Parts: sequence; structure tokens; C-alpha cells
Amino acid sequence: MSEVSVAEVAKNGLWTNNPALVQLLGLCPLLAVTGTVVNALGLGIATLAVLIGSNTIVSLIRNHVSDAVRLPVFVIIIAAFVTCAELLMKAYTYELYQILGIFIPLIVTNCAILGRAEAFASKNSVGMAAFDGLMMGLGFLAVLVLLGAIRELLGQGTVLADMQLLFGAGASDWVMRPFGDSYSFLVIVLPPGAFIVTGFLIAIKNAIDNAAKRRADAQRDAPVKGAKRIRTTGHIT
Amino acid sequence: MAFKQITSPHAHASQNTSKVMQLVVWATVPGLIALTYHFGWGSLINVVLATATAVIAEAAVLQLRGRSIAFYLRDYSAVLTAVLLGLALPPLAPWWVVVVGTLFSIVIAKQLYGGLGYNPFNPAMVGYVILLISFPIQMTTWITPLALLPDGVSHPGIIESLSIVFAGLNPADGVTGATPLDSFKFSDGLLVDQIYAQNPLFSQAGFAGVGWEWVNVGFLIGGLILLGSKIFTWHGPVAMLGAIAVMSILFWDGGSSDSPGSALMHLFSGASMMGAFFIMTDPVSSAASNRGRLIYGALIGVLVYLIRAWGNYPDAVAFAVLLANFAAPFIDNYTLPRTYGHIDRRRATEKEEDQ
Repeated sequence: MSEVSVAEVAKNGLWTNNPALVQLLGLCPLLAVTGTVVNALGLGIATLAVLIGSNTIVSLIRNHVSDAVRLPVFVIIIAAFVTCAELLMKAYTYELYQILGIFIPLIVTNCAILGRAEAFASKNSVGMAAFDGLMMGLGFLAVLVLLGAIRELLGQGTVLADMQLLFGAGASDWVMRPFGDSYSFLVIVLPPGAFIVTGFLIAIKNAIDNAAKRRADAQRDAPVKGAKRIRTTGHIT
Repeated sequence: MAFKQITSPHAHASQNTSKVMQLVVWATVPGLIALTYHFGWGSLINVVLATATAVIAEAAVLQLRGRSIAFYLRDYSAVLTAVLLGLALPPLAPWWVVVVGTLFSIVIAKQLYGGLGYNPFNPAMVGYVILLISFPIQMTTWITPLALLPDGVSHPGIIESLSIVFAGLNPADGVTGATPLDSFKFSDGLLVDQIYAQNPLFSQAGFAGVGWEWVNVGFLIGGLILLGSKIFTWHGPVAMLGAIAVMSILFWDGGSSDSPGSALMHLFSGASMMGAFFIMTDPVSSAASNRGRLIYGALIGVLVYLIRAWGNYPDAVAFAVLLANFAAPFIDNYTLPRTYGHIDRRRATEKEEDQ
């Protein structure tokens, strides 16, 4: 397998092959815990750490584990890192740990992580695999936080609520209420709101991609009218 | 001589989408009059506000989608959705409730799925359910019927109604109250006879509940007009109302404190008639064949009764219709009509060698 470039890995993880918006992997945490920014940030960082760790280890052992047993081995490696993340959260951010509850152990089942282990880490060098984990994790984290911010603002009318769960007591007065105290739009807080907002985010991403493609097409030289080619397949480029 | 090949259907009615939609809008007038008479100006304001919002939202989305605005607005489907939503919402609901519900109906439930003819769910009911889940307080505050207003209190006039809707003014005490279905849901262990004796909603009623019975009669009249004009067949409404009646007779226990109420009360309360004739007959989201519509209607009726009797919400037509919309393609799959000229039922997409 030929080595991929650093820029390509970064672009893949953050945009073209974003785990949340393009691969649609890890939807369970995406939909369940993105009610507020702090929840999204907590789970996103945990997922990011697990993804970097598991990609690194999987890449290290990629030439020593037979194909037949690779998936169970991957899952055990991922589970080990998830346990680490869970214990760390229990130690340092206990309240957030209680809010996120079952979704922290469930990081094990996040297909985005197993998917990267299988599709990338098991075929690439250690440094590249760790970097891919970082980029994929950041792409996932960015979507989680964006979704959390939108749902928090539209659903309960707050910005940066409960940040003390992650950043200590000083962060408790970061909260802003742009729509006043009594604002609430429950459906956005509930799971249907997560589906609707995710749908809009995917649509916006596709719209940006399409616009970029149109711009690129427009800059390209137009094919000469009347020009003929023998045996054309596909578009004239 | 030209042999033009013309495909079926060969019999043409003078109806088109625009005429049908307009007729359905006009058929809601008896219900709207009853609502306005018994509950004040609120419903009329809802309908007008929802219609204005719907037309603007539809035009905006059509513009974004690059479709012909005039052509699609002229089919009146957005207006009908808005009118039905406006009728379903509680009178004197704050303006933003109406606007948000209409936007969800038109933009998300209808246009994002591809516009008229492609929406798997009834747009008005999607808007209603989103509002009911999001704003339970505003959505369950109903107006006291005219006949039961306390002495010296009347429904707010049109100017006062507008300021309640748009400026958030609070209506006078006694203007808001429970509905008949609320009274049964939160009856605190009273026997049915006691509810009927103590609650003026029933003790002063003709046959089902003050005000509500006439609203339902209004929608029944409108529905029968539509039935007479062959806008829809009898199968769906009859199956739905029949199912509600059968269920409430089956579970009628002689009037204990657990009783969910009589068949007459269920048929003429809440949104029963409006649901049966105006909501579930939406040709896009309902089952397609006559047999299918019998099953579809019965499913809605049963669900309405189940949720009313044992669910968390006092009325259930919106939830029942959405659940049945889910089931409609499945029902269609098993109720294929026989194609003319064939002995067995076959799918139009089946190939000859598959049979």
C-alpha cells in the first residue's frame, strides 16, 4: 500500500471523509449527547483520545496479528482505551461523567473508531495512523460541538451553559441567554431535533462542496465545440 | 387517419388539484364558524396568520429550489395545510406558535421531502406534533366555550384577541379552561356519572360536550359535502370513526372512574371529525386503494382511542395519523387492487416472467 500524504489525511478527516457528515458513522453518540456544547465537547474529546490511541496501537501490531483474528483484537484494543478514558473522566470530570453515562462505554461500539482501525491504521505506518486518528477525531469533535452549539442555542436558548463541568468552577458564569430566560424549544433538545439539525448540517456541507465544484468547472477551459474524439467514455475533461 | 395512443385513465373529471384543494378549504368553513362562535376570534386569527406564513414560506422555498413559484402556489396545497393547522391549534395561541408550526409544516415536512405529492407525512400534523412536543403549555391552553363563560366575562373582542396573540397580553380569568377530553383524562377518580353531573362541560351539553359537539358537527357537515363531491371515498372516514366507536363500546365499563368515556363523547370530541374528514383523507400520505384505506382508517381509529384512553395526551388524532402514515406503504403493499384484465393481483412493476 502506497503511503498517503499528510495533507490528504488531514483533509480527509476534517472535510472530504468526515466521520459524522460523510461516513455517517458514530451517529448514536452524535444524536444522543449533543444537546449542549459541554456534553458534545466531553464526548468528542474522549472519542478523539481513544481514536488516536487505538490507531497507534493497531498500526504497531498490524504485521503481527493474523487477518482471521484482527477484528476481535482491534475491539479489545479500543475497549482498553475506552476504559482508560472512562476512568479518567470519572476521576477528573465526575459530574460530566454522570451526565454522559452509558455513552462513554459505548464509544467502544462507535463504528468510526473500528472503521479507522480497519481501513487505515492496519495498513499504514504508526505516525500516519496516529495523525489520521487525530484528524478523524477532530473532524468528529468539530461536528459534535457545532451540533451541540446549534441545539443548545435553539433548544434551550443558552450559549456555553454548564461549562464548569469541564473547565472548573470559574467557567460557570460563561453562560449567555440571548433569547431571555423563559425560552425553550423542546423538540430541538429531543432526538428528533438532532436528526433535523444533522440533516441541515449535511445539506450545508453538500451545498458548499457543490458550489466549489461548480466554481472549479467554470474555471476549466470549455471543450472546443465540434471537436471529435474517438471512443469517448465519460465526461470530456 | 391519426391513431393517437392515449393512456389511461380515459374518463376525466373536471377536477384538478387546485380546484380540489380550494373545495376542501371551503369545506372547513362550517367547522371554522362553529369554532369562532364557541371559542372566539382565535381560530380565525390562527388560520389567517398560518396562511400568510405558509404562502411566504412556500414561495421562499420554491425560489430556493428553482421551481415556478406561481405554478406551485396556485395549487392551493400550502393554503390548505395552513388552514388545517390553524384550525387544529388552540385559539389565541401566541403568534410565534402558529408561525413556527407552519414553517415546520411547509418547509420541513413538505418541501424538504420534495413538495406536494412526495411528503410521506401529513404536513399539518407534523407541524402540530412538533408544537405539541415543544410547547406543551401553549398547546394545551384551550378557551372556555361561550356558554360556560363566567358571568360578566366574554370572549375577547377582535382587537383584544389580536393583542393577546401578538403582544402576549394575558386573557381574562375564566377565558381558558379544560376540554371534554382533558376532563376525562384528569378526572381524579370520579365516576362517569359524577363527571357528567359536576362538570358543566357535560351537564349543559346537548350530547357530547359544550361547544365541542358543534365544532365536530361543523366538520362533519363539511366532510359530508366533500364526500358528496367525490373528493374522497367513504372508506377512510367510515373506518376511522367506526373503529373509534367500536373501541369505545368495547371498553365501556358502565361508567367507572377508570372509564375513558362513551362512544358519543369520543366521536364528537377533540379532533375526531376533523381528523376523519380533513386530515386522514390527504391522498398523498394515506393508503392508496379502497381496501387499503379501510385498514388505514381503522388503524387510525384504534390508535386514537388507545392514546386517548391510556396515553399521556388527551387527544391523539395527530399522533395516530402520523403513525398510520408510516404504515401506509406497508398497507399498500398488501392491498394491491386487481389490475383490469388480470386474474391475480399484481404489482405494476412486476415483470411477466416473475409471476
